[in-house]
Amino acid sequence: MAVLATLRSPRKKAAVHATGGLGPTPVSYTVLILLALIAALPLLVLVFNSFKTSLEIGTNPLGPPSELDFANFAEAWERGNMAQGFRNSAIIVAGTILGTWLCAGSAAYALARLNLPFKRGIETYLFLVISLPVQMFIVPLFFLWVQLGLMNTLLGLIIIYVALNTPFSVLLLRTFLVGIPRELDEAARLDGANEWQVATRIIMPIGWPGFLTVGLVSGLGAYGELLFAVNFLVDPELMPISTSFLQFSQGFTQLYNLVNAASVIIVIPLIILFLFMQRRFIAGLATGGTKG
Amino acid sequence: MSAVLAPPAKDEATAATSAPRRVGLRRRSQLIAIAFALPALAINLLVIGGPTIAGIGYSFTDWNGISAPEFIGLDNWVRLLNDEALWNALGHNFVYLLIFLTVPLGVGLAGAFMLSRIRRGAALFRVLFFIPYLLLSVINAQIWRNILDPEVGLASALNRIGIHWLDGVYFFADKDLALYSVAFVDSWTFWGFLVVLFLAAMQGIDASQFEAARIDGANAWQEFRYVVLPGIRPTLTFALMIIAIGSLLTFDYPFILTNGGPAGASDVASLLVNRTAFVAREAGYASALALSLSLLSAVFLILFNFLRRGEEN
Repeated sequence: MAVLATLRSPRKKAAVHATGGLGPTPVSYTVLILLALIAALPLLVLVFNSFKTSLEIGTNPLGPPSELDFANFAEAWERGNMAQGFRNSAIIVAGTILGTWLCAGSAAYALARLNLPFKRGIETYLFLVISLPVQMFIVPLFFLWVQLGLMNTLLGLIIIYVALNTPFSVLLLRTFLVGIPRELDEAARLDGANEWQVATRIIMPIGWPGFLTVGLVSGLGAYGELLFAVNFLVDPELMPISTSFLQFSQGFTQLYNLVNAASVIIVIPLIILFLFMQRRFIAGLATGGTKG
Repeated sequence: MSAVLAPPAKDEATAATSAPRRVGLRRRSQLIAIAFALPALAINLLVIGGPTIAGIGYSFTDWNGISAPEFIGLDNWVRLLNDEALWNALGHNFVYLLIFLTVPLGVGLAGAFMLSRIRRGAALFRVLFFIPYLLLSVINAQIWRNILDPEVGLASALNRIGIHWLDGVYFFADKDLALYSVAFVDSWTFWGFLVVLFLAAMQGIDASQFEAARIDGANAWQEFRYVVLPGIRPTLTFALMIIAIGSLLTFDYPFILTNGGPAGASDVASLLVNRTAFVAREAGYASALALSLSLLSAVFLILFNFLRRGEEN
C-alpha cells in the first residue's frame, strides 16, 4: 500500500473516482459485452448455418436461417456415420473415466490413508510425469503399441488416456481423501471391514466430489483428444466422433451446412453437461491443468 | 486381491501386543498399500515411464520402428542441429508464443478484471467466455474455416454491403497469413480459460487491499496495476508457463487447419515430429526431435520455477 499512497491523486479527483471509477462501471459492461460477442457470435454462425441449405449459405453467409429445417442434421448423421462415431466415443470416454477412477482412486487412497512406502518419492515422480510433454514418449509408445497388438484398438487408446489422466487425478483425489477423518475408517475396520470395503463403502461416498471432477476432466479430455486419436486409431470403423468428424469435414469441405450440422450434434451433449455442472467443470479444468 | 491380504480385524486386535507380530503387521499393511498403488504404477510405466526411457535410448539410433535399432552415436543430434525444417518449425512456435503473450493474455487479464468488478451477469459472462475452451478443437476449427472462407464466409457477407477487403483472401492457404490465422483461431479458444484462471486469482485477493486503494483515491488503472497485478503474480507466472509450453507443443489447430502448409509456412515442431515418426517412420530421428522439444519445455519449466521462487522470497 506504500506504493499507492505515494501515487495518490489529488483529493477532488478521488471523489469522482470513488463512485464512477470503481463501481460497476458502464465501461466494464461495454467491454464484457464485446468479449461475450466475440465468444458467442462465431458459435451462433455455426448454429445458423447448420439449418441452411447450401444455396442459402451462398446468399446469406452469416445471418439467421430463413426457416428451421432439420434435414441437414439427419443427412449429416447418415453421411458422417455419426452413430458409429458416437458409439466409439462412448466406449472410449466411459473406459477412460472408469479406468482413471480405478487407477487414480486406489493410488490416491494408498497415498492419503495407507502405509505406503516412499510416499515423498512417489509424489515427486507424479509431479515430474505431469510436466512431461507427450512428445517425450509418443514415438516409442507408437511402436510398442504395434508390437503389443494394441494399435488400432479402442482398448489401446483407453489405456493411453487412463495413463495420461492418472497422475494429476491421483494428486487431486489425494487432497480430497486426506481430509476425511481417520476415525471413520478405523471404526469400520473394528467392525470387521477389510481395506477394499473401507475404500469403497466409507471413503468413496465421501470423496465423490473429487471423483466427479476427475471424471469430468478425463472424460472431456478423451472426447476431444486429437494427437493420439489420429495416430493410434486409423480404421474408420473404430474412430471416435472427433476424428471421424475431422475426416467427414475434410471430405465435404464445401458442404458447410452438413458439416456444421454434424458439429452442432457433437457439441450439444457437451454444452448441456456444462450448463448443468459449470462450476465443477471450470474448477476442474482450472486445477487439472490444461487440455489440448 | 485385498480380500486375500486383509485379515479379519480380530487378528489385529490380539496381535497388537507382541513385537515381532507388530513388525509383520506393518509389513502387511505396506503390502496392502502397494497393492492399491500398483495399477496406477503399472499403467504409468507401460505408457509413460518405459517409453520415455526408451525414447532417450532410441534418439541415439537409426531405428525405423521395425528392425533392430543400431547405435549411431550423435548423428541424429548433428542432423537435428542442421535440420532447416526444425528451425523453420521452431521459428513458427516462437511466433505463436509472441502472439499468445499479447492478445489472449491481455484480453484474459482485462476480461477478468472487468468481471471482478461487476455483480450482475458475472456468472453468465464467465460461462460464455469459457465455452470456446470447452469445445473440441475439430469443432472450433470448423467454425473458423466457415467464417474465414473467402467464398461463403465473412468475405461474402461483407461483399453484400459493398466492402471488398477480404475478396480472394485465403486465410489458411496463403503462405503469409496461414500461421497467423491458425494462431488466431487457437487464441480465440484460449483467452476464456485465462479469464477464468485470472478471475479466480483476483477473487482471492484480500478485500482490505482494495478498500485501502479506494481510500487512497486510486483509479481503476491504478487499482489494477498496484493491487491486482501484484496480487495475482503466482497465477500470472503459471499462465506464462502454460502459454510458453503450450506454444512449443501446440498440435491440434495447425494439424487440423493447415497441416503445416502451404509449403511449411505454418509448420510447427509437433507436426514435424508427427511426420518424421508416423509418416516417414524414422523413429530414431523422431525420438531425437521429440527429446529436443521436451528439453526445451524443461528449460521453460525450470525458468518459471526460478521466477516463482523469486516471488516467494
